[in-house]
Amino acid sequence: MIRFAWLQARNQTAVAFGGLAVVAVVVALTGPHLAHLYDANVATCVSHGDCSTARDAFLRNDKNLGIWLGILVIAIPGVIGLFWGAPLVARELETGTYRLAWTQSITRTRWLGIKLAVVGLASMAVAGLLSLLVTWWAGPIDKVNANRFSPPFFDERGVVVIGYAAFGIALGVTLGLIIRRTVPAMATTLAVFVGVRLGAIFLLRPHLMAPLHRISALDPSTMGLRSTNGGSFSFLPPSPHLPNAWIYSIHIVDTAGRSLTHHVLARACPHLDQVAGRPPQGVPTKAPAGFKNVMHDCVVKVGARFHELVTYQPASHYWAFQWIEMAVFLGAAAVLSGFCFWWVRRRLS
Amino acid sequence: MIQFHLDSASGVATYVQLVQQVHQALQLGLLEPGDQLPTAQQVVAKLAINPNTVLKAYRDLEREGLVRGRPGLGTFVVSSLPRTDPATQARFLTSMSNWLRKARAAGLGPDDIEAIYRTAFRNCFAEGVA
Amino acid sequence: MTAAIETTGLSKRYGRRRALEDCTLGIPEGRVVGLVGPNGAGKTTLLHLAVGLLEPTAGTISVLGGRPAESPSQLGRVGFVAQDAPTYARLSVRDHLRMASWLNPNWDQRLAETRIDQLDLDPRQRAGTLSGGQRAQLALTLAIAKRPQVLLLDEPVASLDPLARREFLQDLMEVVAVQGITVMLSSHLVADLERVCDYLVVLTASHVQLAGEVSDLLASHHRLSGPRREGNLPSSFEVIEETQTDRQSLLLVRTKEPFPFIDPAWSVMPVTMDDLVLAYMRQARDVAASRPSPLEVLR
Repeated sequence: MIRFAWLQARNQTAVAFGGLAVVAVVVALTGPHLAHLYDANVATCVSHGDCSTARDAFLRNDKNLGIWLGILVIAIPGVIGLFWGAPLVARELETGTYRLAWTQSITRTRWLGIKLAVVGLASMAVAGLLSLLVTWWAGPIDKVNANRFSPPFFDERGVVVIGYAAFGIALGVTLGLIIRRTVPAMATTLAVFVGVRLGAIFLLRPHLMAPLHRISALDPSTMGLRSTNGGSFSFLPPSPHLPNAWIYSIHIVDTAGRSLTHHVLARACPHLDQVAGRPPQGVPTKAPAGFKNVMHDCVVKVGARFHELVTYQPASHYWAFQWIEMAVFLGAAAVLSGFCFWWVRRRLS
Repeated sequence: MIQFHLDSASGVATYVQLVQQVHQALQLGLLEPGDQLPTAQQVVAKLAINPNTVLKAYRDLEREGLVRGRPGLGTFVVSSLPRTDPATQARFLTSMSNWLRKARAAGLGPDDIEAIYRTAFRNCFAEGVA
Repeated sequence: MTAAIETTGLSKRYGRRRALEDCTLGIPEGRVVGLVGPNGAGKTTLLHLAVGLLEPTAGTISVLGGRPAESPSQLGRVGFVAQDAPTYARLSVRDHLRMASWLNPNWDQRLAETRIDQLDLDPRQRAGTLSGGQRAQLALTLAIAKRPQVLLLDEPVASLDPLARREFLQDLMEVVAVQGITVMLSSHLVADLERVCDYLVVLTASHVQLAGEVSDLLASHHRLSGPRREGNLPSSFEVIEETQTDRQSLLLVRTKEPFPFIDPAWSVMPVTMDDLVLAYMRQARDVAASRPSPLEVLR
């Protein structure tokens, strides 16, 4: 049966590994150059002082390629679930070939188990290799950006991709079994897969480990200002220097935990809006003259009662999160697979 | 080797047709003692009939003493059609005529007699009906 | 003799719909069984139950003494050709043989290759480009080269042209002659089955109307025609079907042998399988028409 499962899957695996080969070639051609540029320009600039120009210049290299590779890694698990998982059983049910397959000298559970294992392992291999290639290629870029813990970059690197692929397959096979028709199963698989992935990012991932909190005083020299819709202002603290951490939120709160509202700010610094003028929304602009002093005093005044609270996952938790999330998705794949075995025996009779 | 054919519209049982065709072939001299009859496999591959039908026909022919099956070798013709002994035929003709005379005397008409005859014939050769 | 297929009160229901109801059969080994009935009568359901593609709602079925699909060896003893001979369109003829050789321990590769050769099939050709007759022959090859003891076929010749139909049956009968297997094939046309069957099962409206050896059935049923009158028949006669004109009566009767003596005004004629099947199908239809539908009963 293993040989037959390979026979049935040979075309699609050929396409996948062909595509992987193309990616490998692209990565092999551009990766070393990228690493060389990093070593030459960025790694050395730290000792020279200001790196921001060198870093910006570096990031412009292969920028589009980086975006496309990232999209590829994000998309592949869903695409695999769609094209390999959903039709695996649904097509046999739809075309009637299950009447041929299930009357050979093999039980239904063994038939399903082997098909699932072959396609599942193949998809995990493809996803794993792809992630490996892109993670290696993007190494220098990730070092500069230091954002690998934040979505969507977390989803494009490391071992989680393997978990997503396994889940995609299991989901596709399950829906194919229930829906019994290939195209509706594919559509449903895509929808549910996207839903689950988004749910995992927003509802699950933040709770995998307890975040850390960092409290610091408001810094008048770096605090910024932001105007909102109604024309009111709020403080815009600078990004905390936490490379490769995943920042949940930055709030300005008092000792009781209440956020700084624009009312409180307006009462504390009544002349702020007049001095600041009306900067275009969201666009950083150079502050007008005189503004700096008013702002400084304002921050000091507010800072007596309020402080900055950063809620974040430290960089050291990165790999724990990778392994845990992969385990969650593998576990979900296992549960779905178990359901499939039950369904194919009990409900398709 | 003899080639069988099937007349599916005749209403005659398949195996009876096979037996009759062997009889005919023997009568016409197309089959002689020592000739081999086709195997069941060969017959059904041509006619698409049940192999048991062929085996049944061959068994009947064997019972009649016309053929003999040799295990592993095939079925072979062993004798030609026996001419029924004229004396036997005459004996039965006499007893039949006596019976008919008695039946007529008892008041049975031709149709009655024919019905009785058919019933008795049918019961005797029960499997000979299609 | 052990039964090849044995069912007791076998039923399959989908919610309110009854696909097969209270089916009791005992089919001996070594027979070629014809399963006849109109479309929707339950033939496919019965065959699918016998190969384990379906589970009964009530009753039991055993094939060669075992429950269908209960183990790989049970699956190996039963060969199946489903309706329209499903094959993998994108796989070649050779791929199909390889599949069957991998999935069946008793696979006879030489037999399969000889057949493919005799059928003039190109091993490299994809199954999707074969004609209907060629696909049916491929499916038959897959089923018989696994050396089953029982072979079940669901309307194997329904969509074949007359030549393909005849060749298929020739091949099938040759396999029976050589391997001595039990065969059950279904059709909604009696003509397909007349030549080859020695056991008949008539299925209409989910019920078994008639089942038995063909020779017994043909010997015990007779057509009677005679002038119209009532009640002159011996009590041992069971009237299956009766047609009356103002002058004439035509009956199909069933009786035990030996054929009893009857009024010579009746002329007695033999029945063909066609007569028999049609009469039982008509009888079932008439009974169903007079029976209140389940919905009416509930009201």
